[in-house]
Amino acid sequence: MASITVPHGHTEHKDYIHEADGIWSWLTTLDHKRIGLMYMVTTMIFFAAGGFFALALRLEHWTPTQTIMTAGTYNKYFTLHGAIMVFLFIIPSIPAALGNFMLPLMIGAKDVAFPRLNLASYYIFLAGAGLALYAIVFGEGVDTGWTFYTPYSIKTGSSVVLVVSGVFLAGFSSIFTGLNFIATIHKLRAPGMTFHRMPLFVWATYATSILQVMATPVIGITMVLLAMERFLHIGIFDAKLGGDPVLFQHFFWFYSHPAVYIMILPGMGIISELIPVFARKPIFGYRAIAYSSLAIAAISFLVWGHHMFVSGQSDFANIVFSLLTVLVAVPTAIKIFNWTATLYKGNIKLDTPMLYALGFIFLFSIGGLTGLFLAALSVDVHLTETYFVVAHFHYVMMGGTVMAMLGGFHYWWPKIFGKMYPEMISRVGWFFVFMGFNTIFLPQFWMGAHGMPRRYYNYPPQFQLAHQISTVGSWIILIGFLIHTFALLWSLKYGAKAPNNPWGGKTLEWTVESPPTMHNFHEQPVVTAFPYEYKSERV
Amino acid sequence: MLKRLGILGVLNVLGANAYASMINLPQASEMAARVDSLYDFLFWLSVVALTGTTIALLLFVKKYHRSQKGRETAYILGSHTLEITWTVIPLLIMLFVFAWGYKDYVFSRLDPPGAVEVNVVGRQWLWNFEYPNGRKTMNEFYLPKGKPVKLILTSEDVIHSFFLPNMRTKTDVVPGMYVYLAFTPTLVGDHPVYCSMYCGTGHSDMLATLHVLEPADYETWLQTGKAPGIVPAAFHGSEGDAKPLSQAEKGAAVAASKGCIACHTADGTKKIGPSWKGIYGTEEALEGGGKAKVDENYIRESIMTPTAKIVKGFPPSMPPFAGLLNDEEVNALIAYIKSLK
Repeated sequence: MASITVPHGHTEHKDYIHEADGIWSWLTTLDHKRIGLMYMVTTMIFFAAGGFFALALRLEHWTPTQTIMTAGTYNKYFTLHGAIMVFLFIIPSIPAALGNFMLPLMIGAKDVAFPRLNLASYYIFLAGAGLALYAIVFGEGVDTGWTFYTPYSIKTGSSVVLVVSGVFLAGFSSIFTGLNFIATIHKLRAPGMTFHRMPLFVWATYATSILQVMATPVIGITMVLLAMERFLHIGIFDAKLGGDPVLFQHFFWFYSHPAVYIMILPGMGIISELIPVFARKPIFGYRAIAYSSLAIAAISFLVWGHHMFVSGQSDFANIVFSLLTVLVAVPTAIKIFNWTATLYKGNIKLDTPMLYALGFIFLFSIGGLTGLFLAALSVDVHLTETYFVVAHFHYVMMGGTVMAMLGGFHYWWPKIFGKMYPEMISRVGWFFVFMGFNTIFLPQFWMGAHGMPRRYYNYPPQFQLAHQISTVGSWIILIGFLIHTFALLWSLKYGAKAPNNPWGGKTLEWTVESPPTMHNFHEQPVVTAFPYEYKSERV
Repeated sequence: MLKRLGILGVLNVLGANAYASMINLPQASEMAARVDSLYDFLFWLSVVALTGTTIALLLFVKKYHRSQKGRETAYILGSHTLEITWTVIPLLIMLFVFAWGYKDYVFSRLDPPGAVEVNVVGRQWLWNFEYPNGRKTMNEFYLPKGKPVKLILTSEDVIHSFFLPNMRTKTDVVPGMYVYLAFTPTLVGDHPVYCSMYCGTGHSDMLATLHVLEPADYETWLQTGKAPGIVPAAFHGSEGDAKPLSQAEKGAAVAASKGCIACHTADGTKKIGPSWKGIYGTEEALEGGGKAKVDENYIRESIMTPTAKIVKGFPPSMPPFAGLLNDEEVNALIAYIKSLK
């Protein structure tokens, strides 16, 4: 981004990592970059934990009956895999980690609007996670699935209340972060940065924040009602007491469907940053991409019922939700076409972040197209509650969000740590992740279409080969993640020192030091142009 | 090859049904063929869309890669024409897909007059079926070919889901409310039923079998409880076999078909209930004190009224089987349990 910065004579400022020493300086920091980094480390630990459960589940499915664990353990493991990945990893990962770090830098601010609230959000998140972990380690665990459907979640003996309290608390962290970002984007943009000069990652974060603030209270209330049902038998969800178990599903998905977009929108934001930088072209259709984020956010509130086509809700509701659901595919398709068109007549460099961006477009397209199968009423009746759904949302959440996150990590790694990661090793890591991912989940579409139900400990023997291919995929992707982990950690000690702007980016974070100083900008930057102003150049 | 499949796919969409669907399952109801047609249309639509996008990506990456020298990059901010094109075309396709799914869904939800009605009750972890003439079955049920049927379903405990993949239909089965499934079976034979809504430890063992019979055979079954021509998993149709099953073998078949094995194992592993291995002749400590010797009477009582005596350390969660198993079946089960030393 073009900006006018008055040259500053001296550079004795230390970077944010070395500004203060000692663990206490981290635990009490109000700096958005440090808080972002703490989120990054925390959510990566949860990603590893959720991944461990996934690997164990895949191994269990090597044979159609018991392989390594009992049915009870299996049920707890798939619940923990889902709950950890959704509530403790994927929802906070991009917004709270990369968003916290990059948002103020990208809009030319010193920090977020409410730094103390930002730190409090982190501790609330830790408290929520702690409650859930306590239930897992010292309690009975939880075996309801991450969806906590009633009345099973009312009847089961596992530690449901502790875990839903954890979700409740973590939800407040999400709400506060959303509030903070909305205020930051509205009030702290640098002079000259109009809304239409904001980087698209900021737009995506803005749409995400609105969803977080508006949707998350619903899951909070739902979790409280579930806990009250278990303790006080108030009879809202329990059919035996005159309650309606399907009502829980409405409440749950009223949050959890927008939450799907809380998970994917920031990923789309990252892709919108990566593509123009590595193609040396202005993003194609900036406004279409920016507004489609808001359109997705708005429509996402109106489609929750598509999770419930066979739940017993009315046929009329099914029809309306099906219609609204096919509409949400339109702004998503627009983004895919715009990203692809940006590559046209560019000057493309295939570094790891770009490999992830291209991988994202491919995998997310599969996720989106298979979503169409599930939006069509008659086909959904056959496919819902099978592995087809499992494969579909993994293509969206993992093929989409996780790939975007990994692209973002590699893209901003030089900025965050001031070190270059080893490019060739990371490309190899990408290859394993991409191949492993498809090996895991492509067979699952086939399985689901042929009737393999979800959450099955024992399964019909005709699915064994497909399950085994899928399990082998989980080992391939593990190799990819290990390579990435090794390469990134290696770079912290041995990586080449990163210049301020290793990729030739035009957004404001690339105008400051790598890593940035505590106050980000030495002088107030003034924005005079669009963030992807890549002029025509001779190759 | 792909091209050939593509053309045949279009034919199939047009109703010609010229090639096997991408879903390689028996089409056991009229609905199944309809679902498969839309599924195949979406499949090929996805293949075309994904191939198109991927080819564009790869082509651009190759052509405009940094190594391709001697050209100029373009400064393009967007194009309203393109933007509108790729908004309107997907929108039309999606509305078309919606309309197709809507049309078939409405067809599947029609409540056919004069349908054969069967009441279905799900409970952890088995299915009970009750016919208008009072006949009851468990985990196996029978329907006539070519006649509309209506299953009226509810649950006694948690939410289950009644999934008939060969009919391409399912519904959640919710406590406190009735839901229905209406379809016309078109294929004689055995069709699997899965519980597809997670319902606890025995979820993946909550299986049932639908036997679709010729209408005449169905009438015979309805009157006599015996289905000519097919040998169901339970032994009561096996009289015609060349080599009769032993009592214990029959018992093993009953244990499998009536859902016992969802909670009881034959190998000593503890599940929801005690394992049967070596249990015969032992003394079991009971909840609330006392002991009981495992003999024929104890086993019979534990099947018919399970809550009469609860073995220490196990939940009182077994449903009563009184009225659901006949004497022959109970005898076979006892023989089977005895044989597990």
